[in-house]
Amino acid sequence: MKLKLKIWRQDDKDSQGLFKNYSLENVSKDASFLEMLDSLNEQLIAKDEVPVSFDHDCREGICGMCSMTINGEPHGPEKATTTCQLHMRHFKDGETITIEPWRARAFPVLKDLVTDRSAFDSIMQAGGFITARTGSAVDANEIPIPKEIADEAMDAAACIGCGACVAACPNASAMLFTGAKVSHLNKLPQGKAEKERRSLLMVEAMEDAGFGGCTNVGACEAVCPKSISLDVIAHLNRDFHTSSIKKILNF
Amino acid sequence: MNLDPKIPEGPLSEKWSKHKFNMRLVNPANRRKYHVIVVGSGLAGSSAAASLAEQGYNVSCFCYQDSPRRAHSIAAQGGINASKNYQNDGDSIQRLFYDTIKGGDYRSREANVYRLAEVSSNIIDQCVAQGVPFAREYGGLLANRSFGGAQVSRTFYARGQTGQQLLLGAYSSLNRQIGLGKVTMHTRHEMLDLVIIDGHAKGIITRNLVTGAITSHAADCVVLTTGGYGNVFYLSTNAQGCNVTATYRAFKKGAGFANPCYTQIHPTCIPVHGEDQSKLTLMSESLRNDGRVWVPKSKDIAEKIRAGHLDPNSVAEEDRDYYLERKYPSFGNLAPRDISSRSAKEVCDEGRGVASTGLGVFLDFRDAIQREGEQDIRERYGNLFEMYNRITGEDPYQTPMMIFPAVHYTMGGLWVDYNLQSSIPGLFVGGEANFSDHGANRLGASALMQGLADGYFVLPYTIGNYLGELGVSAAGSVSLSDPAFAKTEKLVRERLNQLLAIKGNRSPRSFHKELGQIIWDYCGMARSQSGLQEAIAKIDELKHEFWTNLRLNGRLDNLNPELERAGRVADFIEFGQLMCRDALMREESCGGHFRVEHQTDEGEALRNDQEYSFVGVWEYKEDAKPVLHKEVLNFENVQLATRSYK
Amino acid sequence: MHTSMCRKVLMALTGLILVLFVMGHMLGNLLIFAGADAINAYAYKLHSMPKVLLNGIRLILLASVVVHIWMAVLLTIENKKAKPKANSKKAVKTTYAAQTMRMSGVILLSFIIFHILHFTVRVIPTMEYNDPVVFLNETNSPNSVALVQGGVPVLKNGQAVDTFNVYDMLVSGFKNPLVSFFYLLSTGLLCLHLAHGISSLFQTLGLRNRYWKGMLDKIALFYGLIVFIGFASIPVATLTGYLEPSNPSSDDQEVSFAPSNFTFEQLEN
Ligand SMILES: Cc1cc2nc3c(=O)[nH]c(=O)nc-3n(C[C@H](O)[C@H](O)[C@H](O)COP(=O)(O)OP(=O)(O)OC[C@H]3O[C@@H](n4cnc5c(N)ncnc54)[C@H](O)[C@@H]3O)c2cc1C
Ligand code: HEM
Ligand code: HEM
Ligand code: SF4
Ligand code: F3S
Ligand code: FES
Repeated sequence: MKLKLKIWRQDDKDSQGLFKNYSLENVSKDASFLEMLDSLNEQLIAKDEVPVSFDHDCREGICGMCSMTINGEPHGPEKATTTCQLHMRHFKDGETITIEPWRARAFPVLKDLVTDRSAFDSIMQAGGFITARTGSAVDANEIPIPKEIADEAMDAAACIGCGACVAACPNASAMLFTGAKVSHLNKLPQGKAEKERRSLLMVEAMEDAGFGGCTNVGACEAVCPKSISLDVIAHLNRDFHTSSIKKILNF
Repeated sequence: MNLDPKIPEGPLSEKWSKHKFNMRLVNPANRRKYHVIVVGSGLAGSSAAASLAEQGYNVSCFCYQDSPRRAHSIAAQGGINASKNYQNDGDSIQRLFYDTIKGGDYRSREANVYRLAEVSSNIIDQCVAQGVPFAREYGGLLANRSFGGAQVSRTFYARGQTGQQLLLGAYSSLNRQIGLGKVTMHTRHEMLDLVIIDGHAKGIITRNLVTGAITSHAADCVVLTTGGYGNVFYLSTNAQGCNVTATYRAFKKGAGFANPCYTQIHPTCIPVHGEDQSKLTLMSESLRNDGRVWVPKSKDIAEKIRAGHLDPNSVAEEDRDYYLERKYPSFGNLAPRDISSRSAKEVCDEGRGVASTGLGVFLDFRDAIQREGEQDIRERYGNLFEMYNRITGEDPYQTPMMIFPAVHYTMGGLWVDYNLQSSIPGLFVGGEANFSDHGANRLGASALMQGLADGYFVLPYTIGNYLGELGVSAAGSVSLSDPAFAKTEKLVRERLNQLLAIKGNRSPRSFHKELGQIIWDYCGMARSQSGLQEAIAKIDELKHEFWTNLRLNGRLDNLNPELERAGRVADFIEFGQLMCRDALMREESCGGHFRVEHQTDEGEALRNDQEYSFVGVWEYKEDAKPVLHKEVLNFENVQLATRSYK
Repeated sequence: MHTSMCRKVLMALTGLILVLFVMGHMLGNLLIFAGADAINAYAYKLHSMPKVLLNGIRLILLASVVVHIWMAVLLTIENKKAKPKANSKKAVKTTYAAQTMRMSGVILLSFIIFHILHFTVRVIPTMEYNDPVVFLNETNSPNSVALVQGGVPVLKNGQAVDTFNVYDMLVSGFKNPLVSFFYLLSTGLLCLHLAHGISSLFQTLGLRNRYWKGMLDKIALFYGLIVFIGFASIPVATLTGYLEPSNPSSDDQEVSFAPSNFTFEQLEN
């Protein structure tokens, strides 16, 4: 197939970016979206131009590294799919595809389609853990966890930290990500002890990092490659409110 | 080269506890004076960095991704083994030990493997405490499954995401330490060289992948947990960035590289679709529990299927060759990885392969769906079928799935002793990066176990011992002003500039592809003397071509993924040759290493325990061929036997 | 500081107050279909509540609107900052109601201002109603007669009160098609705002989960529609002639306005 590509090019963090147009021929329908960009880059190298930088690693939808907005949709048009799992058969011959980086103040563009998502790590550092020193654990079956709870925690834990939720949100809010992390840990009995601290600290870190506030638009859920549900945001809200009240009343 | 494995005295089951008791301790107040560098943030790296920091050491951790959570450990789907015996099916440390030794085709070190089996239980406890959401039964207890043909159910799993969940566990502990200021995390940093001072590893040189800055980092010791080298094949189940650079450059600095030819080919991957393909996707082996593997009996039929003129479903029963069931009646479709992979290659070599490229065999669920109903199959494998459908656009409920083997794990790595210290003092190696515990072949679900065992339960002790031996007066004494840093930094910079200056005509990827093809053809599932010799020669040519005809655009001081790739490919080229040399040296077939000259009349692998029961360790020589050293393997507790899966 | 979270909770709580108010308000307004006396009596009752209570309620309502809008504005400003550059192409991923909260909110605000000027402060010069009006309460006792003159409530049992012929005020107000249209539009947008807002409120307070979400979305839409139908029925009934002024005003009569300097304090004197 033949494609017209409109790609965001930006030399580094401080420079002004702009869209550039490229055309690409002989794209296989079976190629993945990133393989399509690989072949574009091979052509650019041949033409002595600087190839398009984009983040990617596992290419199987689990590392959360790949991150680009395709025709306005983070990770492209397919539901529950990362860019690396998106195949060209979902595009039409001759189509113009617009490709741009995640857009959010908390995710500055480093180059072309590459953004800096370390803000997510800072949220995690604030409280995205259960304090369990190596070697201090009790037997794994000591605390039974009902299957339903384990499954719910797993649903939330499936988040790959890609940031598509932020990119899709008109407020660039990180509530789906933070909610997923908080729900995962707060749901488990092991995570209960630090539940309140965690909820407060992670929200604080999220706000400090420059993400917007959630106004329940729901675009995040729609683009999430791991189908993380808006439930996690409600769960985060609930735990955050109860923790705040307890803190204010000094319980 | 000193290859003393430093195995502690005493009976197997007491070695580790005795050894721990005999180790030197560092006074808690003194620990923060020591600085440890951990390169890699996968299971092994994150767990080691977090545990060392918990103990009080000052840690710097490095990874090339934008977050430590993205290390390739994240991709493991299947599960992690532990000898918990929760299922009461007779599992024990002894049995896990024995299975691992046997699985590795008797090419691993007894004491290490025993320790691995011993700490496996603690790993699960640790992970559960961190909040890893393992699968559970309705009663709330942990669920297990049997994996990769094991006779006991000892595999713990978290849906199809075991690797991600375990890594998130280790990453969360790491995060806690980063938050506390005990670990300094350097993401998007690639280690490009090791710095050695007075014979000890004392630092590394990195390139900041965003700004291009090349910097030195000094420490009291260095830990490499940089993963495997499967990408030497170009197409593999590894992530795009997986590399041999860190370990290969350490090799060039004097660390022994052990068993590079031991690579594992996984039988159930999605076949290659065409020229642009950049990556192979693994599908869980559990599919082999219900799927039946077959190809047409005749080439004609296979050809028609390949051309799309024949629907595989319409191939009559008598025209199908269920070759695994035919050749290995007792294990059938569940035959071990190396055996099923090799069998697939054989039938494809005979021209009976399916898929448009001729490189694929069917994994057919027709009978299972008839027997159990589509609903049952959907429940069991729904997400895998979906993944297959997403990649290939085909519906496995209707048309048989196609699979082909792909490189998946590399058992070889830097040589380490019982303390996981390489032949360079102060350089420790953990996880897939060391040659470790899997011998010539790895059992399913045991790499995750080994990575975490190394990181949580071995390295924190043995590193403490090393630092204790250095003495407090030496703590933090390494200074960046040591000329070794400036010198190494300069070499690194020169090499990068040299790559940029070639200004030839070929892209880094094209070289990688070509190298991968050579390795796959000659050092893949079946290896021969003549083939390997040819490969070594071809790689020489490729290397020359690379250094004269490479084209790179972009700058050194900017994000430049092609420059990164070029550096890695340059190392893969040299390393690929080392791999071929190792395969050529090993005149036997064992585990993942199959030499066509060494097989039984039935075409089975033929080991040569008399002459090859050793670890092949290579030493780098500047401007000369690498030199082989041997660490002889002694088996005191297990009887060497021939694997039989008939 | 947990600024965005605080803001969201305030929005949800004030939203909740407004949600409850509109339902009550609508039910009260529907009394118009029970005849002029019914609604006038209702208005009279409301207005004869102790002043503290009445003004207290008004204050809460006013505060709710102000805080709700204030928070909406702050959040919008901050959120615009968090997203300096929008995606170049818009990919619609959520409901229309969710995407138009700000738009529907802003129009609602202008509506509320207009509405209060219209019916509470009564400065919109389209009203016509008759005076003096005499009406009876349920007991039909001649003692409870109120007098309204020139739009200014004067006496009830000899005491000054602030009620008058609400029925005629509404009907005559809605006789103006422009006014009615604006009411219809606004109540339509209110429906839209509520269809998302009510479900959203539960989400913000952390009281929603996936099993309830579908149900809540339906309840919210249902609630919004009820509110819309309830409110809209009045202008529609007026325009279609179903509701007629109780004492049709003769054309020659002068239009009366409430004096704009009218205050509650005056009444209390
Ligand atoms: C698809 C797939 C499925 C698998 N499934 C299973 C399974 O079910 N069960 C099982 O037991 N095993 C499985 N394995 C194997 C197992 O996942 C790996 O062997 C193991 O996770 C390796 O962990 P590691 O910590 O050694 O390395 P990795 O997780 O690969 O981490 C390497 C780290 O080193 C860093 N790094 C690398 N090079 C450099 C450099 N030059 N400079 C700086 N940093 C660098 C990387 O950034 C990364 O952080 C699977 C492997 C694959 C590929
Ligand atoms: C007057 C001007 C108004 C403006 C500018 C306004 C604006 C907004 C905005 C921007 C939101 C955020 C969207 C969200 O969080 O989901 C919102 C939410 C909401 N609004 Fe309004 N609104 C107004 C009036 C009203 C009125 C009159 C009501 C009720 C009758 C109301 C009820 C709600 C409710 C219930 C929510 C959901 C709160 C939450 O999400 O927690 N709003 N409003
Ligand atoms: C057809 C629809 C409506 C009618 C007939 C109506 C009627 C009235 C009347 C008669 C009053 C004056 C009450 C008094 O001062 O005695 C009033 C006040 C008010 N109305 Fe409405 N209304 C309608 C719709 C709405 C809507 C949709 C809203 C909100 C979004 C609303 C909000 C208010 C408010 C806030 C006041 C001021 C309350 C006060 O003065 O204490 N109204 N309305
Ligand atoms: S919640 Fe979904 S979209 Fe957001 S980071 Fe996690 S996986 Fe990505
Ligand atoms: S799209 Fe944004 S507004 Fe909230 S529900 Fe999702 S974070
Ligand atoms: S490259 Fe890993 S998720 Fe896409």
